[in-house]
Amino acid sequence: MKPVMGMTLFYRRIASPLHAARAGAGAAWALSLTAATLILFHPVVLLALLAGILGAGRGAGVGRALARSLRTAAIVALPIVLINVLVSREGLTVFARLGDLGPFGQGDLTLEALVYGVVIGLKVTLLILVTTLAGLAIDPDELLRVFRRLSFRSALTASLATRMLPVLSADSQRLAEAQRTRSTGAPSGARARVALLGAVIGGSMDRAMDVAATLEVRGFAGARRAPRAPRPLSRHDIAFTASAAAILALAVLGRLTGAASFSAYPSVHMPTSAGALALCAALILATLLPFCDRRGIEP
Amino acid sequence: MSAPLLSFERVTYRYPDTDSPALDDVSLQIHPGEFCLLAGLSGHGKSTLLRAACGLAPHFDGGRFAGHVTLAGLDTREHGPARLGALVGVLFQDPETQLVMSSVRAELALALESRGNTAAAVARGVEEVALALGIDSLLDRSTHDLSGGEKQRVALGAALAGRPRMVLLDEPTSQLDPVAGDELIGLLRRLNQEWETTILLAEHRLERCLAAADRVIALEHGRVACDGDPQSFLAWAGERVPALQTPGARLFSLAGLHPPPVGVRAARATLRLNGLLGDQDHTDGRREGDPAPSSKPGRRRARRQEAALSMRGVWHELRDGPAILRGVALSLAPGESVALMGRNGAGKSTLLRHAAGLLEPTRGRVERSGRVALLLQNPSDYFIHERVGEEASAEALEAVGLQEMAARNPRDLSGGERQRLALAIVIGAPGESQEGSPAVLALDEPTRGMDRETKAELAAELNRRASEGQAVIVATHDPEFAAACARRAILLADGRVIADGPACELLAGGWYFATETARILGGAGGALLPQQGADLLRARAQLSHPKATAEAVL
Repeated sequence: MKPVMGMTLFYRRIASPLHAARAGAGAAWALSLTAATLILFHPVVLLALLAGILGAGRGAGVGRALARSLRTAAIVALPIVLINVLVSREGLTVFARLGDLGPFGQGDLTLEALVYGVVIGLKVTLLILVTTLAGLAIDPDELLRVFRRLSFRSALTASLATRMLPVLSADSQRLAEAQRTRSTGAPSGARARVALLGAVIGGSMDRAMDVAATLEVRGFAGARRAPRAPRPLSRHDIAFTASAAAILALAVLGRLTGAASFSAYPSVHMPTSAGALALCAALILATLLPFCDRRGIEP
Repeated sequence: MSAPLLSFERVTYRYPDTDSPALDDVSLQIHPGEFCLLAGLSGHGKSTLLRAACGLAPHFDGGRFAGHVTLAGLDTREHGPARLGALVGVLFQDPETQLVMSSVRAELALALESRGNTAAAVARGVEEVALALGIDSLLDRSTHDLSGGEKQRVALGAALAGRPRMVLLDEPTSQLDPVAGDELIGLLRRLNQEWETTILLAEHRLERCLAAADRVIALEHGRVACDGDPQSFLAWAGERVPALQTPGARLFSLAGLHPPPVGVRAARATLRLNGLLGDQDHTDGRREGDPAPSSKPGRRRARRQEAALSMRGVWHELRDGPAILRGVALSLAPGESVALMGRNGAGKSTLLRHAAGLLEPTRGRVERSGRVALLLQNPSDYFIHERVGEEASAEALEAVGLQEMAARNPRDLSGGERQRLALAIVIGAPGESQEGSPAVLALDEPTRGMDRETKAELAAELNRRASEGQAVIVATHDPEFAAACARRAILLADGRVIADGPACELLAGGWYFATETARILGGAGGALLPQQGADLLRARAQLSHPKATAEAVL
């Protein structure tokens, strides 16, 4: 049966500028977005980055997968916000009093803790989205090939792990489907779950042995350093490298000039100046511009 | 004669923790440029011999090894698979586990890079092997997106990228449709003829590749039982192991004709010589009791009686993707046995999943008169316990004849026994399921990697169930198995039913989706199986020489 398209969370080469760029340029671009996320704290600027990344996901043809990832990120981010509100004792603007919490002291919930929690949650969300986007649109083989020059076996093992993920995912789907077709229905209860888990692990081991045998006959045991393979820069390589440099420069500039200054404690200081808005616009533009040129993107 | 490329010298090999040898005192030599076929029933040592030839046994598998295997002068005891890999390419059965990288280009380059080739040599090697195998259009595709046939071609490309002197193949066509399987065999023949690549191919469906082979080595209980040209192998198989005969050879042997034919062409030549080939073979050879062909596929039976399974305009459309099923309409009557055929990706598995309710149609309706028991491709996927008795009830085990094996581990069972256990799991015992016994039994590619004997057992079991009133639908790539277990055949292509009619008509009239008997006889008389073909030949002999006995004529 064909895989359910749009449901996969693994790299596959499709027609998009990011897929067409070399893995090094794509990785640099993703790293610059990661750096910007870590450097900047202004919530509006972070929201601009979020818009840029979601737009980039759409431009790369993985918008739906990224939207699913956004839901997962929200599940991670929400507890962060809640925990920060509950444990942070900083901030001056109390919006709820829970009274005396014994050893935890007074349970005063502050607006500042809430805002700071939202900022951290937003940062975590952005990091998850950038990682997902990179995983979906940057060729892991090509990327690991770069590392293979440094350590062939470690990089190949990592490459193998990335390949095994979809294989094992398909295996476990198949196994689950087989269990659904039992005359008595899929087994339930703790014992059945343990047995099923054992079968999945056993199947994975068999798979791993088969893959290991394949690697063995392909000469993995006597592997040498991967050769250097020079190739001319494409328009997309240049565009994403330039975009990466611009994003990084904007983030550093925003931080150094104070255009994106933000502090949560003791009270929220979040000036939405013209400089901050210009920074937002520039970040979105720098992130999305490489996706405008769609020449030569076919696999 | 040139020095042998591969040589086995009194090789005996036992897998770890086993007493009986998988290879027992094997001695043979294979010379450069030979196309050798490795034949034998399941578990008789074919795969082990291939693993010993490339050094996986014993370097990777462990176990006890006696004797010597020499590949191009290198003793496999001293040189491991990595070193031998430069001389020999290996293709295993399951393409899924042979694709290691994410893209086709990276996959083809891996072996070349591992051996320290320069970037230019890697790029050239990748281009050349892609062009040779006709997979250049796939180079930038992701390996996840390839069809089964494409995966097998890419895996073969990866095995050939280093231009090895020899290729070892372990049932490479078992997961391919007849078209892709024939293409692969044709490709191997081309490699062998144009580049003198030595081929050692293990296969169950010998009719597919026997005509391409120069030599056949048959293994029995780990020993070389026959080593000769295809014709002498067929003569040996006729006497010693009929299960290894090709359908054409079986047809000749039942009809008393000699010599056994190596392929369809040779068989037709012999029949023509004996005046037994009809001048005008026709393909509309319905047998008595077979349904008439229908211009409206699948609908004819619904009016006669309540259908066990009915599909009306079933569509399965993927979000952001293609439609896998496109308005499928078909109906199965109780007791009807149907073979579902078509190329890889035609929609067969999806159709069966809709029949069993595992998938919901995006448009259309599926109606069932009772439970649909679906047996998926890999029986091992059902086994989650350590004992057979824990997998299915005693009653269900008894129904498939496995009551004596309740204490054994399911993974220790033979291929046929595993299939029967999986059947017991999905069918269950009467009263075990709330919906009772299944009204429909659906099987998805149940014969992968099975030898002819085991297939015959399964076909008999399905025929028994159909005669008891269960509707049976089997998705298969194997026309011989389809002919043995189905009275009706449905051909799917691109998610549509393109033909639906009596098996004797559908499996008789094609090049690919036809049994060997039908291809030899040109579809005459609707004969699909060797016995039916032999009856037809006897009748023809009787007609042409009415006073002589048929045996005397033949």
